[in-house]
Amino acid sequence: MNTPLDSSCVIDRLRATFRSGVTFPEQFRMTQLQNLLSLVEENEQLIQDALHKDLHKPKFESVLSEIQITLNDLYFAMENLRTWMQPEYNIGKNLATRMDDCFIRREPLGVVLIIGAWNYPLHLILLPLVAAIAAGNCAILKPSEICQATEQLLAELIPKYLSQDCYAVLCGGAEDTKSLLKNKFDHIFYTGSQVVARSILLAAAPHLTPVTLELGGKSPCFIYGHIDIQKAAKRLCWSKFFNTGQSCVAPDYVLCTAQTRDALLPALRETLRTFYGPDPGASLDMGRIVTPRHWRRLMDMLEKSKGKVVIGGGSREEDRYIAPTVLVDVQESDALMQEEIFGPILPILTIESLEEGIDYINRQEKPLALYVFSDETSVVTTVLNNTSSGGFCGNDGIVHMALPGLPFGGVGASGMGSYHGRWGFETFSHRRGCMNRSWLLERVNVLRYPPYSDYNLGWLRWATTFKKNSWGGCSVM
Amino acid sequence: MEMQVVQRARENFLAGRSRPLEFRVQQLKSLQRMITDRQGEIATALKQDINRSQYDTPLLELIGLENEISLAVSKLAQWAAPRPVEKSLLTISDQVYIQPEPLGVVLIIGAWNYPWALTLQPLVGAIAAGNAAVVKPSELSEYSASLLKALLPRYLDQELYPVVCGGVSETQELLRQRFDHIFYTGNSTVGKLVMEAAARHLTPVTLELGGKSPCYIDKDVDLRVACRRITWGKFVNCGQTCIAPDYILCEPSIQNRVVEGIRQTLLEFYGPDPKSSPDYGRIINQRHFNHVMALLDGYTAALGGQSDSSQRYIAPTVVKDVPPHARLMQEEIFGPLLPIVTVSDIDDAIHFISEREKPLAIYVFSSNKKVIKRMLAETTSGGVTVNDVMMHYTLNSLPFGGVGQSGTGRYHGKHSFDQFSHHRACLVKSLGMERVNMPRYPPQNHQKARRVRLAMRTPLVDFSKGTYIWAVTASIVALGLLVTLTVILILAAGVSCTCW
Repeated sequence: MNTPLDSSCVIDRLRATFRSGVTFPEQFRMTQLQNLLSLVEENEQLIQDALHKDLHKPKFESVLSEIQITLNDLYFAMENLRTWMQPEYNIGKNLATRMDDCFIRREPLGVVLIIGAWNYPLHLILLPLVAAIAAGNCAILKPSEICQATEQLLAELIPKYLSQDCYAVLCGGAEDTKSLLKNKFDHIFYTGSQVVARSILLAAAPHLTPVTLELGGKSPCFIYGHIDIQKAAKRLCWSKFFNTGQSCVAPDYVLCTAQTRDALLPALRETLRTFYGPDPGASLDMGRIVTPRHWRRLMDMLEKSKGKVVIGGGSREEDRYIAPTVLVDVQESDALMQEEIFGPILPILTIESLEEGIDYINRQEKPLALYVFSDETSVVTTVLNNTSSGGFCGNDGIVHMALPGLPFGGVGASGMGSYHGRWGFETFSHRRGCMNRSWLLERVNVLRYPPYSDYNLGWLRWATTFKKNSWGGCSVM
Repeated sequence: MEMQVVQRARENFLAGRSRPLEFRVQQLKSLQRMITDRQGEIATALKQDINRSQYDTPLLELIGLENEISLAVSKLAQWAAPRPVEKSLLTISDQVYIQPEPLGVVLIIGAWNYPWALTLQPLVGAIAAGNAAVVKPSELSEYSASLLKALLPRYLDQELYPVVCGGVSETQELLRQRFDHIFYTGNSTVGKLVMEAAARHLTPVTLELGGKSPCYIDKDVDLRVACRRITWGKFVNCGQTCIAPDYILCEPSIQNRVVEGIRQTLLEFYGPDPKSSPDYGRIINQRHFNHVMALLDGYTAALGGQSDSSQRYIAPTVVKDVPPHARLMQEEIFGPLLPIVTVSDIDDAIHFISEREKPLAIYVFSSNKKVIKRMLAETTSGGVTVNDVMMHYTLNSLPFGGVGQSGTGRYHGKHSFDQFSHHRACLVKSLGMERVNMPRYPPQNHQKARRVRLAMRTPLVDFSKGTYIWAVTASIVALGLLVTLTVILILAAGVSCTCW
């Protein structure tokens, strides 16, 4: 546990380092990214062990969704860092600024705070760190205290591989985070729940600190129209039960017609049997719920639900196991439909038409992800055009977040801001508009000075009015 | 009342009315017409609010606004179109793109110093991005606010873009409602309150604030031109500009020449008595007048210093040798007082600036490329203009916004459109190519894991320098081999050749 005094000292130290400008040069950033790469590559086994201890995460999932995604983002950042750091010159100029040098610089913000989450305790804290380092900042990492093994591992490894003057890990619970937030940061990056997000925004307001919030919500999944139900079931099961349903972008619930539901259920049963065998509780590929408290919350929801359990339903308190469970006849008012499930429970809501489903979705908060399984382009397009969500994936689940070219983030209640790849770099940078004016053309400048006259104004207007096919517009203040 | 206005805007947004591109273009063109048709009335309102000269109005507010509208109308289809992105091996046959979407109902809170530009330029972005917008002009520029309230409903859709006028309590009531984005221009005190109010609804904000924008003058510079440009930027709108050069930093050896340069320019601009010049403005209200005059307490002006409370007139004023701890140097002046703080050299100037909050703008006048480079690399600010003042605001391909205490977010041109949009990441796959997906499903084993790792690797094509060199070399070698092979075949075929 860090005391408030410890935290302030650490922040002051990082701020002094930042002021010295040591994190700015490309070479420094590259070296740190390389070191972070080594951290992950050289400690894969330790990481897998820690994740297994905390979340009973199957090795495959640890590799795919924690280690590989971090490595990919690192490769991507290192390959593109130079390009990202270059001032952007290719911007439109106009008549009045033709002789000038106009460009956009990307500049580091300062000391940033990254608060991780427990469901992907490695990548949810390291991916923002990659972006923060690439953008030239110093960073404080606050890993989730719920995953103690991973938290300890990070606290041990980060100072070993990365510059201790620039990057620090501070551990602690809710109270410690609250006092940490009393300090001023130049950006706060938070992954987690809406409730905590509000208090983070309130803590950031007095310092005017910009914030990125990666939250969650109920991500709906349409299965509609003509579709290969076997393939859809496979992809749906994979995305839903990966990490035991504890993914912010897991499909939360399904919307389909009664007919589709009847075809879907046997396909789901078969897929689950193929994936986990007859007893998922005995499969090495099935994870567990993170803590007894979270397990209890899910069991409560399940008990209160008025839906009918058609697949699964089993559970074991001693190892926090819940079987992959599917319910039908779930209504809008059901206990399972009031908050994000975040577990291996899949309610199916029956709809009569696509419009009904879309209306339902639009009555709820904007989700982090939205899924549509359909062979019909018109179905995909209709849903896309009539809804909003952080991200969208057609005919698969989750995978859209693995592409570093796509921004990953929410909208409305599911979050603000985005990251991954270049988007992370932009999040942790300030875009500074620069204009280097020539000393020449002072005679043109004369038009803007007092004493004013109609004559001058006429010429100035002509020279600065936007012409339809030119690059940009100019006004003279 | 405010609640109903917001509610109606939301209902109209949810009905999809603000989304079609044709509708957005039509609204923007209508806004354009409003500005062209009503220029005279707008100029009159500004004269009453802030004694703005009839020339300053088009120059400082309307031309820029018209250009923003023309740009948006011309580029809208391009801005709103899906933006394709880089793929990986696993997604090679899929559609991968970013789709800009409207956010919903946004709140735009304008400022009083440029009440038309600072309220309507964000509105252009909001409309272009397909949102509904509640417009709250500043009550301090009351004639402009009333005029806007009367005019906007006559040109724009009143349900989608309502104007709400009022003071502090009406603004607070508005801030209690839920918006999908809040765009605020003003001071940092209120900025913090806006952020707090937004926190309750998890609403993202853009804050265009201010700060003390420093202006460094290098000693080896054409002072005549520099002083003229600085004088213009400082005293236009009577210094009430968020990006006005707030104070000057220069070496003691040139201080007097700087003052002289400004004095001569003031004479050129406003004549011997600025009070009687039609081109010199006034302070917005008594409260602000008193506030600015209080900053001068205890200091003798090197130039100007005169004032007339009844007209809210403050002469263009320069103060020399101002100590860093003076009240003049503790807060944004936002008036026609120009302190000069002496520094020993560029190092000292950079140190001075970096010790303070990040400003909205930094100005540096120098003929020395090294000095300019250092100033750019060793400081940060919302924006920069080198060898002039404020002009970076005028190019709408440059993002305009602050950093740190000077603000968050950016706008102008396409940046406005992007600021008011949600960039939705879209991946549309087909259910085909399922064999590629097979390795990711349980039950798991070593081979499957390896295959998935490989397929996830991006970028698809490695564009690094090493690979490029390899590719070129390999192509040359391959070409060479091909030529050699062809020659051998020709010889083997016994074809005689007299080339050599």
